[in-house]
Parts: sequence; structure tokens; C-alpha cells
Amino acid sequence: MVNNAVIFIIVSVVLTAVSFVLDRRKTIMGLKKGLNMFRNIAVPFLNILILVSLVLYIVPPSLIVKYLGAESGFWGLAIAALVGSITLIPGFISYPIASVLIKQGASYTTVATFMTTLMMVGVVTLPLEIKYFGRNVAILRNVLNFIAAIVIGVFVGLVL
Amino acid sequence: MKKVLEKHKQYIWLAVYFVLTVASFLVGFNPGKEVFSNFTKFFIEMVTFIPFLFIIVGLFDVWFPKEKVEKHVGQESGLKGMFLVIILAMLQAGPLYGAFPVAYILYKKGASIKNIFIYLGAFSSLKIPMLGIEIGYLGVQFTLARTLVSLPLFIAAGYLMEWYLKDRNFKVNQL
Repeated sequence: MVNNAVIFIIVSVVLTAVSFVLDRRKTIMGLKKGLNMFRNIAVPFLNILILVSLVLYIVPPSLIVKYLGAESGFWGLAIAALVGSITLIPGFISYPIASVLIKQGASYTTVATFMTTLMMVGVVTLPLEIKYFGRNVAILRNVLNFIAAIVIGVFVGLVL
Repeated sequence: MKKVLEKHKQYIWLAVYFVLTVASFLVGFNPGKEVFSNFTKFFIEMVTFIPFLFIIVGLFDVWFPKEKVEKHVGQESGLKGMFLVIILAMLQAGPLYGAFPVAYILYKKGASIKNIFIYLGAFSSLKIPMLGIEIGYLGVQFTLARTLVSLPLFIAAGYLMEWYLKDRNFKVNQL
């Protein structure tokens, strides 16, 4: 975790410096934009952290290990893929959840599958998608992505 | 009005939580204390990288405006066209349903079926702000492994969709 923070701090400082040398006005504009985006998500983000802290207290790690851990096999994968497909959780919220799941013993395969279906498959938004692309295409896209998500999950699990 | 209420609702959550936490500490309610110690950990984790991530995203936004990339999408074909839609997708933010209107614009501009679906694939898994958060929470290795496996898969999905839809009168509707 500390290493990651260090990467972000170094990259942002270097980028800001380079950008400042190249164009002072643009840099200030960019920093303002970033600050605004941060402001927009700060409170919802804090709320999610509260929720995750609560759930983490209530749900024992043994339960997570049992259903989403390395030994959960096919059913762990199925749970992750189905929950990820059905729910509609914004990315910035799902990542803290994913990180907690891993720390509590969930496997990389289930977490990667969960994250990928969350991003690429949308059952809730399917009616909207059908309006844009038509029924067949929308369903086909979701099915293809569902399969892809499981493949991605399995591969990530093998690599890590 | 509704928006104002929505905003306040967020603060109410936060306020209630802090009142309960302070109360827990005053009364010595252990579950409350433990939840707070979880919260502190998460809070520190977030504060150490999210603000920096947004500095990076903000600078990206100014130096690589997506409007500029959008101009060229559709005219270019082949590998360059594919590359452009992926870059365009990476510069976006937000949920997948926000990508559908852009898919319509791509369609209107004459992008190939393949590239429209590659755009959707890249949009769902390669957006720069999301990659940043992913690296922060799950680590560089996880993000690298996931993106390197995802990329060929959704490019393949694009080809598959194009092959299937070629003679089937494919169109994207405007809502």
C-alpha cells in the first residue's frame, strides 16, 4: 500500500513539474479540474468507506474465505460473476470493496471476475442497451463479455 | 431541489456516522470503536493516493483533450483506427451506460462495427482514472495482469461481433 502511494505521489509531482515548465496556465487548469473531480467524489467516497468498515465488522473473514476464497472453486467463480453482472456499482466504490475482499481471503480469480463483470456486463442496464443496439446485439455483447470476464478471472488467478 | 436534497443526504450519512462514533467512544461501545478503526485504515489508504490520482487525471484531461481524439475517429481504419478508439475510451470516465451515446457518435462518424465494440470494451476496462484507482487498491501487478488479458479478449469480441453482424443490418439508435 505504502509503495503504491509513493508511486502516485512521485508520478503526480513529476507530471506537474513537467507540465508547469511546458505551460503554466494549462497546468493550473488541470490541477483545478483534478481538484473539482476529487471534490465531487470525496463525500460519496467517505460514505462508502463507512459502509465497508461496517460490513467488514459484521461479516467474518471465514465467510469470505469459504465463498470467495481459493478453495471456493466453481461456486466462488459463479457467485462473483453473477453478483458482478447484476449489480451496478461505480468503479471507485468497487475497488475499495475488492481490496478488502482480497485482504480477507478472497482469491484473485473471484475478485478479478467480480470486477470485470461489474465493468463489462450490465443486466440492470440491459433495457437501455437494447434501445441503442437492438435486442440481439445487446444480449450477444453481454454474453460474450460474461464469458470473457470468467476467462480473465481465471487467467489473473493463474498469473498472480 | 431534488439535487440539493441528494447532496444533503450524503452529508447526513456522514454526520450520523460521526455522532455514533463519538457516542461509541464516550460510552465505550466496542463494535463502534472497531468499525472506526476499520474506517481510519481505509481513510488513510484513500488519502494517501486518491488526491494524487486526481492531479494526474486532471493534467491528462488538459493535455490530451478527448475532443481532439474524437475528431479523428472514424476516418482512420485498420490498426490506427483501432488504436484511436482505445485511446478515446481510455480518456473517458463514468459507467458503461455513459458509453452508449458515444457509440452512437462513433457509428454516425463511420467507425466500423469492430471498432464500436472495441470502444465499449476499452471503455469498460481501460479508463485511465479507473486504472489509477485499481493500481492504488489492488496493485500494479493485478492491474497489469487484468488489462493484458482483457485487451486481446475484447478485441477478439469486436472481431466476432463484426463477423456476426456484417450482413445483418447493424445500426446504433439515437435516444
